[in-house]
Amino acid sequence: MRHTIQIRHSREGGSNIEPLIREYEIKANDFTHAGEASSSMKRSLIRIGVNPEHVKRAAIAMYEAEINAVIHGGGGIAIVAVSPESVTIEIIDKGPGIEDIGKAMTEGFSTAPDTAREMGFGAGMGLPNIRKNVDDLQIESELGKGTRIKLVVLFS
Amino acid sequence: MKILECAELLNARVIVMTENSDIEISVACGSDLMSDVMAFSGATNQMMLTGLVNPQTIRTAEMLDVKIIVFVRGKVPDENMCDLARDKGISLLSTPLTLFTSCGILYKSGIRGKEEAI
Repeated sequence: MRHTIQIRHSREGGSNIEPLIREYEIKANDFTHAGEASSSMKRSLIRIGVNPEHVKRAAIAMYEAEINAVIHGGGGIAIVAVSPESVTIEIIDKGPGIEDIGKAMTEGFSTAPDTAREMGFGAGMGLPNIRKNVDDLQIESELGKGTRIKLVVLFS
Repeated sequence: MKILECAELLNARVIVMTENSDIEISVACGSDLMSDVMAFSGATNQMMLTGLVNPQTIRTAEMLDVKIIVFVRGKVPDENMCDLARDKGISLLSTPLTLFTSCGILYKSGIRGKEEAI
Protein backbone atom coordinates (compact mmCIF):
# COMPACT_ATOMS: atom_id res chain seq x y z
CA MET A 1 0.00 0.00 0.00
CA ARG A 2 1.28 3.46 -0.91
CA HIS A 3 0.84 6.37 1.51
CA THR A 4 1.34 10.03 0.63
CA ILE A 5 1.11 13.17 2.70
CA GLN A 6 1.63 16.77 1.60
CA ILE A 7 1.78 19.86 3.79
CA ARG A 8 2.23 23.33 2.28
CA HIS A 9 2.62 26.68 3.98
CA SER A 10 2.43 29.84 1.93
CA ARG A 11 5.07 32.57 1.99
CA GLU A 12 5.91 35.21 -0.60
CA GLY A 13 9.09 36.75 -2.06
CA GLY A 14 12.36 35.71 -3.74
CA SER A 15 16.12 36.34 -4.01
CA ASN A 16 19.09 36.25 -6.40
CA ILE A 17 20.67 33.01 -5.21
CA GLU A 18 22.75 31.04 -7.71
CA PRO A 19 21.22 27.64 -8.67
CA LEU A 20 22.96 24.55 -7.29
CA ILE A 21 22.42 20.78 -7.34
CA ARG A 22 24.12 18.28 -5.01
CA GLU A 23 23.71 14.56 -4.37
CA TYR A 24 24.85 12.76 -1.22
CA GLU A 25 25.00 9.15 -0.11
CA ILE A 26 23.56 8.30 3.31
CA LYS A 27 24.88 5.14 4.95
CA ALA A 28 22.72 2.87 7.10
CA ASN A 29 23.33 2.82 10.86
CA ASP A 30 26.50 4.90 10.53
CA PHE A 31 26.19 7.29 13.44
CA THR A 32 29.77 8.45 13.09
CA HIS A 33 29.19 10.05 9.69
CA ALA A 34 25.45 10.69 9.96
CA GLY A 35 24.82 14.36 9.37
CA GLU A 36 27.65 14.91 6.90
CA ALA A 37 25.23 15.43 4.01
CA SER A 38 23.29 18.06 5.97
CA SER A 39 26.53 19.68 7.09
CA SER A 40 27.75 19.90 3.49
CA MET A 41 24.41 21.30 2.32
CA LYS A 42 24.50 23.90 5.08
CA ARG A 43 27.99 25.03 4.07
CA SER A 44 26.88 25.30 0.43
CA LEU A 45 23.87 27.47 1.31
CA ILE A 46 26.02 29.75 3.46
CA ARG A 47 28.62 30.02 0.67
CA ILE A 48 26.10 31.13 -1.95
CA GLY A 49 24.65 33.73 0.38
CA VAL A 50 21.35 32.28 1.59
CA ASN A 51 19.84 34.09 4.60
CA PRO A 52 21.11 32.44 7.85
CA GLU A 53 17.60 31.80 9.18
CA HIS A 54 16.63 29.95 6.00
CA VAL A 55 19.92 28.03 6.14
CA LYS A 56 19.20 26.96 9.71
CA ARG A 57 15.65 25.80 8.92
CA ALA A 58 16.85 23.80 5.91
CA ALA A 59 19.75 22.32 7.91
CA ILE A 60 17.54 21.21 10.81
CA ALA A 61 14.93 19.69 8.50
CA MET A 62 17.48 17.88 6.33
CA TYR A 63 19.42 16.63 9.35
CA GLU A 64 16.25 15.15 10.87
CA ALA A 65 15.40 13.47 7.55
CA GLU A 66 18.97 12.24 7.13
CA ILE A 67 18.98 10.74 10.63
CA ASN A 68 15.67 9.01 9.82
CA ALA A 69 17.26 7.46 6.72
CA VAL A 70 20.22 6.31 8.82
CA ILE A 71 18.03 4.81 11.55
CA HIS A 72 15.01 3.50 9.67
CA GLY A 73 15.70 3.62 5.95
CA GLY A 74 18.76 1.42 5.57
CA GLY A 75 20.56 4.45 4.17
CA GLY A 76 19.74 6.13 0.91
CA ILE A 77 20.48 9.28 -1.06
CA ALA A 78 19.86 12.97 -0.56
CA ILE A 79 19.36 15.31 -3.51
CA VAL A 80 19.60 19.04 -2.88
CA ALA A 81 18.47 21.55 -5.51
CA VAL A 82 18.83 25.28 -4.89
CA SER A 83 16.99 27.81 -7.01
CA PRO A 84 16.87 31.59 -6.58
CA GLU A 85 13.63 31.17 -4.65
CA SER A 86 14.11 28.03 -2.55
CA VAL A 87 16.02 24.91 -1.60
CA THR A 88 14.40 21.56 -2.32
CA ILE A 89 15.75 18.52 -0.50
CA GLU A 90 14.78 14.94 -1.32
CA ILE A 91 15.76 12.04 0.91
CA ILE A 92 15.10 8.69 -0.72
CA ASP A 93 15.60 5.36 1.03
CA LYS A 94 14.85 1.72 0.29
CA GLY A 95 13.88 0.83 3.84
CA PRO A 96 10.75 -0.91 5.13
CA GLY A 97 8.51 2.14 4.58
CA ILE A 98 6.24 3.93 7.04
CA GLU A 99 3.16 1.95 8.00
CA ASP A 100 1.08 4.91 9.18
CA ILE A 101 2.36 8.37 8.14
CA GLY A 102 -0.30 10.12 10.22
CA LYS A 103 0.92 8.36 13.34
CA ALA A 104 4.57 9.00 12.40
CA MET A 105 3.79 12.73 12.22
CA THR A 106 2.57 12.67 15.82
CA GLU A 107 4.97 14.20 18.36
CA GLY A 108 6.37 11.50 20.63
CA PHE A 109 5.53 8.53 18.40
CA SER A 110 8.66 6.54 17.57
CA THR A 111 9.65 3.12 16.31
CA ALA A 112 13.38 3.81 16.67
CA PRO A 113 15.58 1.01 18.08
CA ASP A 114 17.70 1.40 21.23
CA THR A 115 20.81 2.10 19.13
CA ALA A 116 19.17 5.32 17.89
CA ARG A 117 18.08 6.30 21.41
CA GLU A 118 21.63 5.85 22.64
CA MET A 119 22.64 8.46 20.06
CA GLY A 120 20.10 10.95 21.40
CA PHE A 121 17.38 10.31 18.82
CA GLY A 122 14.17 8.30 18.69
CA ALA A 123 12.09 10.73 20.75
CA GLY A 124 9.43 10.83 18.08
CA MET A 125 10.17 14.42 17.12
CA GLY A 126 11.83 13.94 13.72
CA LEU A 127 8.96 14.28 11.24
CA PRO A 128 7.05 16.86 13.35
CA ASN A 129 10.22 18.94 13.55
CA ILE A 130 10.77 18.68 9.79
CA ARG A 131 7.20 19.90 9.25
CA LYS A 132 7.82 22.84 11.58
CA ASN A 133 10.88 24.03 9.65
CA VAL A 134 9.77 23.77 6.02
CA ASP A 135 7.32 25.51 3.70
CA ASP A 136 6.35 22.39 1.77
CA LEU A 137 6.62 18.74 2.81
CA GLN A 138 5.73 15.65 0.81
CA ILE A 139 6.15 12.14 2.14
CA GLU A 140 5.63 9.08 -0.04
CA SER A 141 6.10 5.69 1.49
CA GLU A 142 5.41 2.17 0.34
CA LEU A 143 5.68 -0.78 2.70
CA GLY A 144 8.59 -3.00 1.76
CA LYS A 145 9.89 -0.53 -0.85
CA GLY A 146 11.00 2.63 0.90
CA THR A 147 10.27 6.25 1.63
CA ARG A 148 10.79 9.51 -0.25
CA ILE A 149 10.67 12.75 1.68
CA LYS A 150 10.67 15.98 -0.30
CA LEU A 151 10.94 19.25 1.60
CA VAL A 152 11.15 22.83 0.46
CA VAL A 153 12.37 25.94 2.28
CA LEU A 154 11.51 29.23 0.57
CA PHE A 155 14.01 32.12 0.66
CA SER A 156 11.53 34.75 1.68
CA MET B 1 28.86 36.02 29.98
CA LYS B 2 32.05 34.82 28.28
CA ILE B 3 33.00 31.18 27.88
CA LEU B 4 35.82 31.30 30.43
CA GLU B 5 33.49 32.80 33.05
CA CYS B 6 31.09 29.89 32.43
CA ALA B 7 33.97 27.43 32.78
CA GLU B 8 34.96 28.95 36.11
CA LEU B 9 31.40 28.91 37.47
CA LEU B 10 30.97 25.25 36.49
CA ASN B 11 34.44 24.19 37.58
CA ALA B 12 34.75 23.00 33.99
CA ARG B 13 37.75 21.97 31.98
CA VAL B 14 38.15 23.52 28.53
CA ILE B 15 38.57 20.63 26.10
CA VAL B 16 38.37 22.55 22.83
CA MET B 17 38.62 26.32 22.52
CA THR B 18 37.87 27.87 19.14
CA GLU B 19 37.97 31.43 17.91
CA ASN B 20 34.49 31.99 19.40
CA SER B 21 35.93 32.39 22.91
CA ASP B 22 34.86 36.02 22.97
CA ILE B 23 31.18 35.54 22.18
CA GLU B 24 28.67 36.72 24.75
CA ILE B 25 26.50 33.87 26.05
CA SER B 26 22.99 34.84 27.11
CA VAL B 27 20.80 31.90 25.99
CA ALA B 28 21.39 28.19 26.63
CA CYS B 29 19.61 24.85 26.58
CA GLY B 30 20.15 21.56 28.38
CA SER B 31 19.10 18.04 27.32
CA ASP B 32 20.42 14.55 26.70
CA LEU B 33 18.01 14.11 23.80
CA MET B 34 19.21 15.73 20.59
CA SER B 35 15.73 15.28 19.09
CA ASP B 36 14.32 17.50 21.80
CA VAL B 37 17.13 20.03 21.48
CA MET B 38 16.24 20.49 17.82
CA ALA B 39 12.50 20.49 18.41
CA PHE B 40 12.16 22.61 21.53
CA SER B 41 15.25 24.65 22.22
CA GLY B 42 14.72 27.37 19.67
CA ALA B 43 17.22 28.80 17.29
CA THR B 44 19.12 31.31 19.35
CA ASN B 45 21.13 29.24 21.83
CA GLN B 46 24.81 29.98 22.09
CA MET B 47 25.39 27.10 24.51
CA MET B 48 24.11 23.53 24.97
CA LEU B 49 24.58 21.46 28.13
CA THR B 50 24.32 17.68 27.78
CA GLY B 51 25.45 14.36 29.17
CA LEU B 52 25.33 12.76 25.73
CA VAL B 53 28.78 12.22 24.29
CA ASN B 54 28.85 11.19 20.62
CA PRO B 55 29.46 12.84 17.23
CA GLN B 56 25.76 13.61 16.81
CA THR B 57 25.99 16.01 19.75
CA ILE B 58 28.45 18.07 17.69
CA ARG B 59 26.30 17.72 14.54
CA THR B 60 23.20 18.90 16.37
CA ALA B 61 25.07 21.93 17.68
CA GLU B 62 26.33 22.63 14.16
CA MET B 63 22.82 22.59 12.66
CA LEU B 64 21.52 24.95 15.36
CA ASP B 65 24.56 27.28 15.26
CA VAL B 66 25.33 26.48 18.91
CA LYS B 67 28.88 27.61 19.58
CA ILE B 68 29.65 25.97 22.94
CA ILE B 69 28.85 22.50 24.31
CA VAL B 70 29.22 21.76 28.02
CA PHE B 71 29.43 18.06 28.80
CA VAL B 72 28.06 17.42 32.28
CA ARG B 73 28.59 14.61 34.83
CA GLY B 74 32.28 14.51 33.99
CA LYS B 75 31.75 13.26 30.44
CA VAL B 76 34.70 13.82 28.12
CA PRO B 77 34.55 13.71 24.29
CA ASP B 78 37.02 11.55 22.37
CA GLU B 79 39.60 12.93 19.95
CA ASN B 80 37.39 12.39 16.89
CA MET B 81 34.66 14.49 18.47
CA CYS B 82 37.21 17.16 19.39
CA ASP B 83 38.47 17.25 15.79
CA LEU B 84 34.91 17.58 14.49
CA ALA B 85 34.21 20.38 16.97
CA ARG B 86 37.37 22.26 15.94
CA ASP B 87 36.38 21.86 12.30
CA LYS B 88 32.93 23.30 13.01
CA GLY B 89 34.16 26.10 15.27
CA ILE B 90 32.46 24.70 18.38
CA SER B 91 34.11 24.98 21.81
CA LEU B 92 33.83 22.07 24.25
CA LEU B 93 33.83 22.14 28.07
CA SER B 94 33.53 19.32 30.60
CA THR B 95 32.16 19.80 34.12
CA PRO B 96 31.89 17.25 36.93
CA LEU B 97 28.52 18.79 37.92
CA THR B 98 25.14 17.32 37.00
CA LEU B 99 22.93 18.82 34.29
CA PHE B 100 20.50 20.16 36.91
CA THR B 101 23.16 21.83 39.00
CA SER B 102 25.01 23.24 35.99
CA CYS B 103 21.84 24.79 34.55
CA GLY B 104 20.96 26.19 37.99
CA ILE B 105 24.33 27.87 38.39
CA LEU B 106 24.20 29.42 34.93
CA TYR B 107 20.60 30.56 35.36
CA LYS B 108 21.47 32.19 38.70
CA SER B 109 24.27 34.01 36.89
CA GLY B 110 21.96 35.49 34.26
CA ILE B 111 21.90 32.98 31.39
CA ARG B 112 18.36 32.17 30.28
CA GLY B 113 16.45 29.57 28.29
CA LYS B 114 14.64 30.52 25.10
CA GLU B 115 11.41 31.24 27.01
CA GLU B 116 12.99 34.17 28.82
CA ALA B 117 15.53 35.21 26.19
CA ILE B 118 15.56 38.95 25.63
